[in-house]
Amino acid sequence: MGMDRRTFLKGLGTGIAVAAPGSSLLPGRLEAKEVVASKEFMGVLVDTTRCAGCQSCETACAEANNLTIPEIGNASAFEKVRDTSEKQWTLVNRFKTEKGEIFVKKQCMHCNQPGCVAACLVKAMVKRENGAVTWETNCMGCRFCMVSCPFDIPKFEYDSAVPKIQKCSLCWEKLEKGQKPACVEACPAEALTFGTRRELIEEAKRRIYQNSGQYISHIYGEHEVGGTGYLYISAVPFEQIGFRTDLGKIAYPEFSKGFLYSVPIVLLLWPAFLVGVNAITNRKDEVKRREGGAI
Amino acid sequence: MNTAESSAVAAAEEKRGFRDIVAFIRSELKPKGKLLTPFNVISAPIIILGAILILYRLVYGLGAVTNLSQEFPWGIWIGFDVMVGVAFAGGAYVLTFVVYVLRAEKYHPIIRATVLNGLLAYVFYAGAIFLDLGRWWNIANPLYGNKFGVNSVLFLIAWHFLLYMIAEFVEFSPAIAEWLGLRKLRKFLASLTIGAVIVGIALSTLHQSGLGALFMMAKGKIHPLWYTEFIPVLFFVSSIFAGLSMVIFEGSISHRVFKDQIDHKDHAAYDDIVIGLSKGCAVAMFVYFFAHALIFIHGWHWSLLNTPMGWWYLTEIVGFVAIPCFMFFQGARYRNIILMRTAAILAMIGIIVNRLNISIIAFKWWIPFSERYFPSWMEIVITLAIILTEIWVFRWIVNRMPVFRKPPAWAEEMHQ
Repeated sequence: MGMDRRTFLKGLGTGIAVAAPGSSLLPGRLEAKEVVASKEFMGVLVDTTRCAGCQSCETACAEANNLTIPEIGNASAFEKVRDTSEKQWTLVNRFKTEKGEIFVKKQCMHCNQPGCVAACLVKAMVKRENGAVTWETNCMGCRFCMVSCPFDIPKFEYDSAVPKIQKCSLCWEKLEKGQKPACVEACPAEALTFGTRRELIEEAKRRIYQNSGQYISHIYGEHEVGGTGYLYISAVPFEQIGFRTDLGKIAYPEFSKGFLYSVPIVLLLWPAFLVGVNAITNRKDEVKRREGGAI
Repeated sequence: MNTAESSAVAAAEEKRGFRDIVAFIRSELKPKGKLLTPFNVISAPIIILGAILILYRLVYGLGAVTNLSQEFPWGIWIGFDVMVGVAFAGGAYVLTFVVYVLRAEKYHPIIRATVLNGLLAYVFYAGAIFLDLGRWWNIANPLYGNKFGVNSVLFLIAWHFLLYMIAEFVEFSPAIAEWLGLRKLRKFLASLTIGAVIVGIALSTLHQSGLGALFMMAKGKIHPLWYTEFIPVLFFVSSIFAGLSMVIFEGSISHRVFKDQIDHKDHAAYDDIVIGLSKGCAVAMFVYFFAHALIFIHGWHWSLLNTPMGWWYLTEIVGFVAIPCFMFFQGARYRNIILMRTAAILAMIGIIVNRLNISIIAFKWWIPFSERYFPSWMEIVITLAIILTEIWVFRWIVNRMPVFRKPPAWAEEMHQ
């Protein structure tokens, strides 16, 4: 049923696009699924049972991306749950749970269909073919990506006159050269595994099945917000280690799609209706005039 | 005047050269009337301070003047200036629909002031986006850039703002031609009005609702009592009574300030206009209230009502929608102007509360009060400076062009 309507609306949209000048301005759709089919997205599997909280990934990330090198090895860093910032794209948080201390790395999730990319009106946020979600300098600084990100990942340099959006780029340029992201390379505990999303999901399932009781049976990011490039497995339910588990399985761009679909219809039907009403009221004036009345 | 005579006048006018028009505009640029009025004395320093702060913001970045944070990327420049300013400007598309499409001539006397208000609101409040853009020098990228983010609701809004400003300028332009005494140009511009009106209404429908659609992807960040997939519909419906309430409010002030420009007949007819507008507001608000009720019931959020956010929700829906709606009905029924004007003010407060709720107050409602966004004094001063500058420009135009005044006789004849 959904497909029928979609096809119909698409057809209608195309019809208008052909008919109306300036048609390239009509909203299209984010066809992330087609991108998936053409080339597989890369991702990272985070095994939170292996992470020891050494913070090597934090340093490696800063070095690879010319960010401020963070101070590590200071136990007080773990006292509060920290957030990534415009100066730090990734970091490790500590959670005290029933199964002891658990360390969780945080960074951009690299969604399959990212809200930030759908939000951007100048395509400064890009979903790369290899799966990385990256930022470009043609950005206007409107911060709609920050509003639209379910994980609140894009960070803005408020203190700069030439501000940038800062976020993890999955080291996409290294990926293009066949290398791994800096954080994965730096991890001494093999808590981070780099690969295609498909391989990583298989690996995650294998670990969950072969070590019964060690993990809960949930891969965070397999279905969340339509699937993410970063995937997590854990020994405890994810809400205990700082994850939002209420985000749902629908990709975020879907939420504004209904509105965008209605745009070509309104632009076509509404003026036609108004012209019609105007013609009718015009006729009324004419009738009045013929009868000799004042308008 | 017969045809031969009027063509002779037109020929004479053509001889008025470009230089004469420039000289006329230069003479008109000089201030008219007293300079040291209480309004000027209060507003001028705020505007100057605002201009300085804007420069400061451009040199030192957003963080230097705003309290925006990573948690709250949008503050009052978006939540109030743009969201509320554009809703209040909705009167222009509603009234042009009534006057030019439905041809309800009764409202003709207020159409120019309303369109001018709408146009200036877009220029100043939608223009406030410029200040809020971190990388403002890229503001034209969505227009000519090689990268069109056509999947973005904001892309649609950016284009619609621009196109709608042009449409409103075209709608208002005959008044400019009358001011400059350009008869041929006025005739041409007036012939564009109906087209601009129809395009303008279509654009308004989409970007009024589009402002609501901006928050669709903030699912999970906006309190469930406010987040609904119908936010775009609610934004559109509320823009109808927001705009009409603004027309009533603006009219009540303009009729005092510019009373020497309005002839007596219009004063008498004006009460009828306010009653008509109030009926429109009452119906639109009833629809809006009903839609809210349906969404609430289907959302099954009864348990949320008896929480602080629930009380605040009820305050908005009952105090600033249901009550002014009833006041509009009663005011129109008993021809009570004071009641209708009070209702208009309450309805406008309701719009401010609603837009701020969605963009700021119910946004990440779980964050404790001490860490929440609250505008800095500089953000407030800049907002005030923008509003006051708009009023200055409005006054400048009204004192020169036929907005409240009758158009010149030649233009009236052309109309018939």
